[in-house]
Formats: sequence, structure tokens, C-alpha cells
Amino acid sequence: MVRKVGVLALQGNYIQHKRMLDTLGINNILVQYPQELEKCDLLIIPGGESTAISKQIDRNKFRQPIINFVKTNSVLGTCAGMILLSSTKEANNLKPLGVMDFKVERNAYGRQVSSFSGNLHLEFDNTDNFKAIFIRAPKVSNLGKGIKILATYKNYPVMITDGRHFATTFHPEIGTDVRIHEYIMEQINA
Amino acid sequence: MGQGTYEVKVGLAEMLKGGVIMDVTTAEQAQLAEDAGAVAVMALERIPADIRTDGGIARMSDPLMIKDIQKMVSIPVMAKCRIGHFAEAQILEALEVDFIDESEVLTPADDNNHIYKHDFKIPFVCGARNLGEALRRIGEGAAMIRTKGEAGSGNIVEAVRHMRSIINEINLLGTLGHDQLMATARDFQAPFSLVEQVAKIKKLPVPNFSAGGIATPADASLVMQLGAESVFVGSGIFKSEDPASRAKAIVDSVTHYKDADKLAIASSGLKSAMKGLDISEIPEDQMLQDRGW
Repeated sequence: MVRKVGVLALQGNYIQHKRMLDTLGINNILVQYPQELEKCDLLIIPGGESTAISKQIDRNKFRQPIINFVKTNSVLGTCAGMILLSSTKEANNLKPLGVMDFKVERNAYGRQVSSFSGNLHLEFDNTDNFKAIFIRAPKVSNLGKGIKILATYKNYPVMITDGRHFATTFHPEIGTDVRIHEYIMEQINA
Repeated sequence: MGQGTYEVKVGLAEMLKGGVIMDVTTAEQAQLAEDAGAVAVMALERIPADIRTDGGIARMSDPLMIKDIQKMVSIPVMAKCRIGHFAEAQILEALEVDFIDESEVLTPADDNNHIYKHDFKIPFVCGARNLGEALRRIGEGAAMIRTKGEAGSGNIVEAVRHMRSIINEINLLGTLGHDQLMATARDFQAPFSLVEQVAKIKKLPVPNFSAGGIATPADASLVMQLGAESVFVGSGIFKSEDPASRAKAIVDSVTHYKDADKLAIASSGLKSAMKGLDISEIPEDQMLQDRGW
């Protein structure tokens, strides 16, 4: 059972994740200090600017605590959060956590002018009507053997899992469709 | 597929919350901003404090400078156009800047109209001093509001005044009956549908950031505690004695804006802040916040 969800609140769209959890009636806190992870069994790393969040993870001494946390707990990374979960090589001002076995190309669709919304195919409930918002979104590549695709956009993977950890290139916290958050809670509870 | 739709524009504004957007005039300054943890940079030829001193007409920046900055950093790059100057905005859109600031810091090009921002695929941010002004800009298509403050002053008093106005007026709307909203829309000079929406959701329909006078970590904390969702720092960083340390300190103070212990650390040992101006020293015709209609 998910007792408490922590939303990493260092920078980015953490409030909308919190609102979605509130809507679903899930106990949650905004996490600003590493010791707050101890109370949680799922961490959400929100969208925002991946370089800014990466810096704050290190300045606030979150790196090792998050790596330890995800060994036994779940994590959801959305957009910038996904970049941080990836095993992409360290770049200028960006140091991924290497939690999941895949790589990303940042801003793969281009600058903001190429940001878009579109309907996803959700593998897990076999529907084609989840409207997703992609903001300067990354694309995934080099998916490891243990990675399963949970959603696609135009046949391209946009939501993946390795069983315990989840990542999306889009923003499931924007809008009112709660299916992505709901699905992840179900998987953790299963 | 929806590209350039309003929700996609507001989406980027949502991602910039809890962060600092820094004015930069060179690629090197942009790199310093990204290194400090800025969520975006505003590329402009002169920072507001220098525009104030130099006088003359302030215009959109040279595209070459904007491109240099786009090449240098991976965070979003914003740029300013003059109020009502839709041709400058079209050029900025062609350059694929991530956000356009239709800004009172530059000399207005139209003394009656702002740009109709729904015509563009990239999002706009506009300044506002009160709720009516904010909702007029949102009505024209702004995807983010920033309170104006007084740019280039290094003085937080105007930023505080404007943030308090907007928050007080939002709170007031929340207390009114539906039958009182039309008269309020008239008094606020704001579109009725947006007044109705704000009365219902008790916040602006787009993120509300603060700008114009933030010079210290404590200033950033103050406006965040008053209700800002992020801050713009214009002259405050590169007019200070040690921009790199100050930039980092302001970023850290936005992340932990409610934690006085962290703010004390962020505020420690910074060299001099920008000197700044008392608002009464600024001649009335040089008040930037009065530009915009």
C-alpha cells in the first residue's frame, strides 16, 4: 500500500503533481529535505528545468539519499524528472541519477515552438485517448532489457518502467486526466 | 497534434515555477546564469539599470546576440520586444526564442494597443501592476504574468506593491457573489469571463512571477512569500559586485524561500548588491511601470 507520496519540490511543476494526488485522495508531502524521504514510499521528480533540478539535488545533498531510496521504493520522473532518472552521460550542468537503464536526448523535438499536445496510446489499458502535453520534451533511446513500454505517441515510447520505477517524457500532471497517476499507484499496491 | 496552443504555451510557464529567470547581455553571462541554476535567461542588449542611465530608445536585441546565447545554454532563452511591436515579436518567433517578454523596459511602440498574442505559436509574458492589467494581458493571450515592479531600480518596494495588489484583488473576487462580478470587471477594466474564472479558482489562470527590483536573496524570498511563483532578476545580478555568487544565492533562496536558516546561509558573505534608487529619485516620466495600457 502506498502510505505517502513525496513530490520533490526543489524547482518545477511540483504543485500540479500534488494537486493530482490530492484529487485521488492520496496522502502526500512536498519533499525539500533528504530526511523527508524516510516517510515516503513513492517519490515523484517533477518536470521543470533538468539542469536547475540537478543542481539543487546536489546542493541539497539529495543524490545519495535518492539513489538509496529507489533501491527499495518506487519513483516517477516526468520530463525533467525522467532525464534525471536516466543513465544518460553527465553533461554540462546536468548529472543524471542513473536509476533506470535508458538514455535520453534532451529537447529532442526542438525548442518551445515545437512543444505540442497529442493523444497517447496507453499499453496498460489499451486506449488511444490520453491527451498528453509535451514541453521541450526529451526522447528516450537505448532502452535496457528490463525496460517495458507503457505508452507510446506515434509508435514512439513516451512512458516506460523497469517494474518499480516509472518515467514519462510528457506531463501527466497537467490537465484533469488522472489515469497515469492512478495506474502507478495500482502497480505499487499490487 | 496541437502545436502552439494556449495550454502548450502555459505548460512552459508551469515548468519555470520555483526558479529564477536572469537578464543576460552576453553568452558568457548566460553560461554563468545556467551554472548558478537559473531556469531560463532573458537575452537583452542592455540591462534595465543601463537603459535607465543611457536614455534613448530601447529596442529588441540583435538576433546575432540572441543566437549566441541560444547556442551557449540548454535552458530556455527569452527575449523582449517593445509593447505593441508585433513585427519585433514575429522576428523573435522566427528566431525560435522560447518565450517573448512584451516589456515596458523597452520603449513602447504603440501607446494604445498591446500585441494580440494568440496570433503567435510561442508564449508571451507581460508585466502587470494589478489584477485588471494582468487579465487584460491574459485576454490578449499572455501565458505568464510578471508583476512589473520598477525595473532597474534595485528597489523592491514597487514589486511588493504590485504583488500585493494582485493577490488582494484575487482574494476580494473570491468573496464576491456572482451578481457582483460584472460591476467588478467594469471597475477592474478586465474581461468578464476571466474575472469569473479567477473568482472561481482563486488564482490567476497562468503562473504569476515577480520582477522589477529584486536584488538580494531576501528580496526573492519576500516576493515568493507574498505569492510569486518564480522571480525575474534583471539588473540585480550583473550590477552587483560578485554576480556568480549572488546568482546562486538568489536561486537557492527561491528554492527555500520559507526556510530562514537556509536564507541566512544564502545571504552570507555576498559582496555589494547593486546600489539602487529610491523611487522618489526617478522622474515621473521615467517610471517604466507606467508603460502598458
